[in-house]
Amino acid sequence: MTNQLLAQYANTSLYSAMAVFTLAMLVYALYLAALVPHRDRVAAARQSAHERDELLVGAGVPPGAAAGGAATTAAGGDQAAAEPVRPGGEEVSVRGRKAAGIAGTLTWLGALLLVLSATLRGLSVHRWPLGNMFEFAVFGAMFTALAFSIWSTRRDLRWLGLFVTGPVLLTLGLAITVWYTEAAELLPSLKSYWLAIHVTVATLSVGLFALGASASALYLLRDAFQRSGRPSVLDRFPPARNIERLAYSVHIVAFPLWTFTLIAGAIWARQAWGSYWNWDPKEVWTFVIWVVYAAYLHSRATSGWRRQATNYLALAGWACIIINYTVVNVFFVSQHSYSGL
Amino acid sequence: MTDVAQPQLGALGLLRFAWRQLTSMRTALFLLLLLAVGAVPGSIWPQRGIDAARTADYIAQHPTLGPWLDRLGFFEVYASPWFAAIYLLLFISLVGCVLPRTRVHWRAMRSRPPRAPSRLERLAAHAETEVAATPEEALEAAREVLRGKRFRVHAHDGRSLSSERGYLKETGNLVFHLALIFVIIGVAIGHLFGWKGDVIVPVGQGFANTLSRYDTFSPGPWVKPEDLSPFSLTVDKLDATFEERVTGRGQFGQPRDFTAHVTATDQPGGTPRKETIKVNHPLEMDGASVFLLGNGYAPVITVRDKAGTVVYRDATPFLAQDNNYKSVGAIKVTGATPKQLGFFGLFLPTAVISQETGPSSIFPDAKKPALALGLYEGELFPEGRPQSVYTLDTKQLTQIRNAKGTDALRIWLEPGQTYQLPAGRGSITFDGVERFAGLSIRSDPGKGLTLASALLALAGLIASLVIRRRRVFVRVSPGAEPGRTVVSVGGMAKDDDDTLPEAVGEILDAVKRRMGTSR
Repeated sequence: MTNQLLAQYANTSLYSAMAVFTLAMLVYALYLAALVPHRDRVAAARQSAHERDELLVGAGVPPGAAAGGAATTAAGGDQAAAEPVRPGGEEVSVRGRKAAGIAGTLTWLGALLLVLSATLRGLSVHRWPLGNMFEFAVFGAMFTALAFSIWSTRRDLRWLGLFVTGPVLLTLGLAITVWYTEAAELLPSLKSYWLAIHVTVATLSVGLFALGASASALYLLRDAFQRSGRPSVLDRFPPARNIERLAYSVHIVAFPLWTFTLIAGAIWARQAWGSYWNWDPKEVWTFVIWVVYAAYLHSRATSGWRRQATNYLALAGWACIIINYTVVNVFFVSQHSYSGL
Repeated sequence: MTDVAQPQLGALGLLRFAWRQLTSMRTALFLLLLLAVGAVPGSIWPQRGIDAARTADYIAQHPTLGPWLDRLGFFEVYASPWFAAIYLLLFISLVGCVLPRTRVHWRAMRSRPPRAPSRLERLAAHAETEVAATPEEALEAAREVLRGKRFRVHAHDGRSLSSERGYLKETGNLVFHLALIFVIIGVAIGHLFGWKGDVIVPVGQGFANTLSRYDTFSPGPWVKPEDLSPFSLTVDKLDATFEERVTGRGQFGQPRDFTAHVTATDQPGGTPRKETIKVNHPLEMDGASVFLLGNGYAPVITVRDKAGTVVYRDATPFLAQDNNYKSVGAIKVTGATPKQLGFFGLFLPTAVISQETGPSSIFPDAKKPALALGLYEGELFPEGRPQSVYTLDTKQLTQIRNAKGTDALRIWLEPGQTYQLPAGRGSITFDGVERFAGLSIRSDPGKGLTLASALLALAGLIASLVIRRRRVFVRVSPGAEPGRTVVSVGGMAKDDDDTLPEAVGEILDAVKRRMGTSR
């Protein structure tokens, strides 16, 4: 039933994607290195850091704010839409900008290679390629890379590049070595169109939560450095406030998707197991993740909470996702034991 | 007088204080996190409601820790008082938070946007321009622009406009939280009025939806078993296929498809219809759904007495123990004479015997089936107590030994073979292999409400996250030259809103464009 040749091609394109992501990661690292001011210029950079931050507040948020109290023009809006604003503006060296451009293109290429890999895998098994841990991991990484690339066309996310391509590469590496499962048909309980709905949305949501977690972690770092006043490459990132908003905007997309995953999973559980909620370990953890991210959203809406604490909650949610994907899948006795391990 | 009144007042004050604490966001957040932490033990330790046997095993293996965990409810987390306390407090807190907010929101929706502040440049977002128009014209243009952007507009005076939009954000928020309450109500209805029953039906046999026919039946507290809808069905055929081609890790021998072909009848005397039940495709009957949750083998066995008269003939279900369907079962021949006979042992769909592990099965399909049985005689049902159909109660049974008396009697049978039992006890014949369908019949009258509420909650959630609540004020003042007007737009948002300045800019641009086209 399964076409092993196509499965091989799928793996080849997965390996290619990994090679491309490795390059993208290195080049993003080069970009960050280019952002680091020269040692003899550190003092000067520190002096101007305050100024630049103000500039960034204007640049990071749309042009209305950039224009401040002065008359806002339509031209400002158009310009911002066409040309993403950069952290550090003109201060990024030509080499740095080139590096970021190359890295961005490589990330696109890697994401498309993952799409190709998933498609070939699906064709080789004549089903939606989301039947085991290996396939979930590839899909999740694909969504993260795609979401980052698409989002990069609208915002300057070059500072985030290293912290997206790195985790993506790590996930793919684990997938192809530890979680690898031969291309094969599915268990009867997985043969349902709900597989395509429930698991696709779940992986998409996890892919977005990954972006959110990276942004939240960077916010916490940036904030800590910003307040301690120690110079670091993080000074060249957008201001902490903007990173935090960005993390929030990813999370509020991912959270309804996760809610949908929960509901679709319940509908499918009712079809396959007879009851929409069985307190299966995987269900419990899906619920726990939902609750933790709900707490994140609530704490962000509560004025008494510090934004740092809020973002620690987001990271706690991400930790739960990791536990759900590794510990629960492999070690807990569950009806969701489809890992293929 | 005051001495008596004071403690009363104190108690009321304390209550009010407790209520305020409970309904505060801080407490709600704490309870949310507590709920998350509280749910985790149920995924770590086996749960009695899901797998009672594994729970008992665990307690037996952990003689010190097990009973303590049991006392603390760790084997029934989701039915434990402390877990109930968390979610009940959370929902009380939710109600206490949502109801007052609903009242506030209801008033806000019916009231006008407030008067424009005198200095718009102090707001979170502000933009200003000068247009060639009279203040009245500019204000009229601004009104149309705001209306076009679905703002609710009100003019408190002739020089300014107040407008607000995004009421749906709070509506969505409230709908989300209220819908969660209805999710819980739906779940509760399912628990009270729902029921589920399991039954094993060998191919060729039938099943009628009455209480006595179920192997296990667990009704909700408010279910009347006599009200079960009187449908019946017969299992005509059960198809099972397993992976034979792919030999990769964890794939060979995996189940690929199970389909039960049944004949269903809605009520006695009704027209029978052919249906199929698959793993992801339950059969919907009146008031209940039939799920195919298990399957296995039911070898057809005939036992004859010394004279050759049939004393037992049945497809006898054996319960699968592993992925290759090594199954255990018992054949209880109550009609045997002089003593009742009880066979017990293994059914192996693809049988092999190895030195180390004894008889086992190496593939789940019936490629080379065999029965490996031992024999007991005596009284099968001492004191008529209920017992499992898969095991013998050996209290009043004695095991039959082989002819030499060196070891217990072992019977190995392949289809078509007959074994003569020692000492004139008759014979046993393995006629052939049938499959059985493990059916689960369930009814949950609350599921519709739960699903509808959950979807409503999702819709409310999306609205509350996507929609932005904003107030925009427009103020006009005479420009430097006659015939020109300064238009000033200021915006404020209820919470963090990073596109507010952009939106304010757009409104001002739209006003300018409108002035431009009107000239």
